[in-house]
Amino acid sequence: MKDGKIRFTLNGRDVVYEDSPLRRLLDVLREDLGETGVKEGCGEGECGACSILLNGKLVNSCMIAMGTIHEKELMTIEGLRETEQGKCIIDAFADAGAVQCGFCIPGMVMAAQSVLQDAPRPSEEEIRKGISGNLCRCTGYDQIVQAVQMASEKGAGLW
Amino acid sequence: MPHSISTSVRRKDAVAKAAGTMEYLADQFPVSPLHGKCYYSSISRGTIESVSLPELPEGYYIVGADDIQGVNRLHMIIEDWPVFADKEVRYLGQIIFLVVGPEKDVILDLHKQIQITYRELTPCITLEESTALLEGVQHGEDNVFTRYDIHHGQVEYPFEKAHRILEKEYYTGHQEHVYMEPQSLFAHWEEDTFILHASAQCPFYIRKSLVNALGMDKEKIRIIQTPTGGAFGGKEHFPDVLAGPLAVAVCKIKKPIKLVLDRKEDMAYSIKRHPSAIHIRTALDKDGRILAHDIDLRLDGGAFASCSAVVLARAVFTVGNVYNINNIRICGRVFCTNKPPSDAFRGFGAPQAIFAMESHMNFLAYALGIDPLAFRQPYLMKQGDPTSTDGKIHEEVMLPEMTRRILEMSGYEKKYQDYKTRPNWGIGLSYFFHGSGFTGNGERDLIKARIYLKKNRKDQVFIYGSNVEMGQGISTTFCKVASKALDIPIDQVHFVEPDTEIVPDSGPTVASRSISVVGFLVQKAAKRLKAEWKSGEDQSIIQDYEAPTHMVPWDQETLTGDAYPAYSWGVNVIEVEVDPLSYEVNTKGIWGVYEMGVPIDRQIVEGQIIGGMIQALGYSYLEKLEFSQGRFRQATMSDYMIPTSMDFPTTQCDIVDNPFEYGAFGAKGAGEMVFDGAAPAFGAAVSQAVDTIIDEVPVLPETLMELTDEGR
Ligand code: FES
Ligand code: FES
Repeated sequence: MKDGKIRFTLNGRDVVYEDSPLRRLLDVLREDLGETGVKEGCGEGECGACSILLNGKLVNSCMIAMGTIHEKELMTIEGLRETEQGKCIIDAFADAGAVQCGFCIPGMVMAAQSVLQDAPRPSEEEIRKGISGNLCRCTGYDQIVQAVQMASEKGAGLW
Repeated sequence: MPHSISTSVRRKDAVAKAAGTMEYLADQFPVSPLHGKCYYSSISRGTIESVSLPELPEGYYIVGADDIQGVNRLHMIIEDWPVFADKEVRYLGQIIFLVVGPEKDVILDLHKQIQITYRELTPCITLEESTALLEGVQHGEDNVFTRYDIHHGQVEYPFEKAHRILEKEYYTGHQEHVYMEPQSLFAHWEEDTFILHASAQCPFYIRKSLVNALGMDKEKIRIIQTPTGGAFGGKEHFPDVLAGPLAVAVCKIKKPIKLVLDRKEDMAYSIKRHPSAIHIRTALDKDGRILAHDIDLRLDGGAFASCSAVVLARAVFTVGNVYNINNIRICGRVFCTNKPPSDAFRGFGAPQAIFAMESHMNFLAYALGIDPLAFRQPYLMKQGDPTSTDGKIHEEVMLPEMTRRILEMSGYEKKYQDYKTRPNWGIGLSYFFHGSGFTGNGERDLIKARIYLKKNRKDQVFIYGSNVEMGQGISTTFCKVASKALDIPIDQVHFVEPDTEIVPDSGPTVASRSISVVGFLVQKAAKRLKAEWKSGEDQSIIQDYEAPTHMVPWDQETLTGDAYPAYSWGVNVIEVEVDPLSYEVNTKGIWGVYEMGVPIDRQIVEGQIIGGMIQALGYSYLEKLEFSQGRFRQATMSDYMIPTSMDFPTTQCDIVDNPFEYGAFGAKGAGEMVFDGAAPAFGAAVSQAVDTIIDEVPVLPETLMELTDEGR
């Protein structure tokens, strides 16, 4: 970061960022990089709608300043949906009826990916825990939990 | 035999939403030339004495009441809510100005420099303060926005000859919608037309509400609905309140402006569910049979009327619940207080009313020493029974069958016996019903829904109406209904997103009317199109609402007749364990059996059921929203707790078919009814666990501690 530039990879491609290090990662993703699949639900780290993977770990992008992501690896829903794993999860969400208004769902899909990365055959308990940082006001969660189970079965071997 | 229409299909919007390609309002306009930020009153009640505005840099504006071309009133049901407060302020959070400009930081800075001197008055916070006309009247002659009195049978006489009279008052609190997508609007001006994109339930309501303020023909006001990230009633009228100031600003500046609330202001200043206080007095004979109820139902309407009159109507028509009581009198009033206005929220007055009546039935059973389930049985409504408005129950009532199923699923009876001797555990059951569609003659005289069906030369069929997809699945279920009636694949049928310029007014997306009322029009239109089908040609059908002929005519003067064409019915059972140290309640089991005519898609309906139950359980004990010193103390998502995936066990549900002649493929309303039963069942379960009657939601640990300490 010596030259004042922040370099990171986003969904596998290199990005160089030269604006203020104080801006929220969420805003840069949405406004500068066009990644509008990342949603803002609360802006205070409570809802998980802005979830992304940072070096493989699920984080809330509204709580992250640009200055902290130098040389890190980021994956958003825009990247995940291009992968076999992402497609499998999205498919399972659609089959399980886990999508209603949909606003929380891209974040949920990221959370599902994180759950399956850690435990390819997760128990219900592990799923509920893994998605508990992502709030959904529509579904009551049961069908989301089911979707993750379905993804883990159908996509066995992918994780 | 389940109907084939109930077989689930994949939702049309599921993949786009899950993959993040569905564009909500803020995604469609991620960068906007201008942003708006509301300036809110910082006192609850008073008059504006003087205003000092900062010097404005080039390109920045502060828009207020002086900029209104038309009349400073939003048209909802009555016209009491001003676009901008100019002289009087009625609640902390009322919009006084809209600050507009390109840079958010500068806007915030300007915001801070606005200075207003108020002459403050003591606000009315409680219903009692409102009734006492503290510091003078604010609405009408008595601070009552609306009053409805109904009765059925006799009332005075049964109380005179009663062997025993029992009475109790029940309370429910505020609730915040917490739709995941905050209120969002984007507006611009094109030639002579004002165009507004909005995350909203009722595009035609917004248009109607703006006519006054803009002083423009409604044809020159165009509202385009954007994919709506949840609403639950919170986007029924509140978008009008934001659209007013935004429209005035756009008319003045003639440039595109985006207005997206951040979560904090959304939670602090948006509308909420009506709190209620419902007093029920019951006359009983010497055998403990109910002779009559006398009910006083009060709602806290907040500062402006909004749609309180209609919420009150539903509360009043529903409070008798599923019981045929020969004599009942109900007085309902909604009061003006100095809080953010109360407004629509899933269930719309019914959850408050049903909580009160179900808790009261438990209280009566408890006081009489009778098993609460057995106590209810003789009163359960049957086909042909009268309603509290002297209407009639037309459908076969499936409650006995539903009761059997839920008892089997939940093991209620054995658990109820066991928990009599097992401290801290409890199980509770509730019955409920919910009228489909608008109250009384609303559909026939006010809404007059219309649907278009258009077919192009490729034989693709498009459904045009004003009912929005807000998560409930209508973009799929409408297509299912049409494709089934046309006997063509669902992929050949498309749902057109509402835009007031291209769709007819088929009414608002409220009152569980979309599938039952408007879906029926879709079915009728599709049937006609099928009869006239000419492959390879453009064809279109207009279908207007036709009132069902089976109803007891509604009289709006006397409030008698069929308040609703049909009812959906439900039974819930909730099982809990109360932690004896922390008094926290853990929900151990959730069961529901429902009759909603015919479910149009089993999976979509189950999604509604589970979502509604969990939202209602949040209302029952997690969602504490306290009002003090002019504001809600829980105004962020870290303070106001909505359920997470860890809070509740899996919901078990079942559905009983009972086709309704005037609903799409037999469907009745589903989305609201599923909210109605959880709070009273939860209250009943906790009542057993702590051996006292719960008369208030949310049930807070501190309340339980008090209750048990007092050994009430
Ligand atoms: S927007 Fe980041 S957690 Fe809610
Ligand atoms: S689907 Fe609407 S918030 Fe989750």
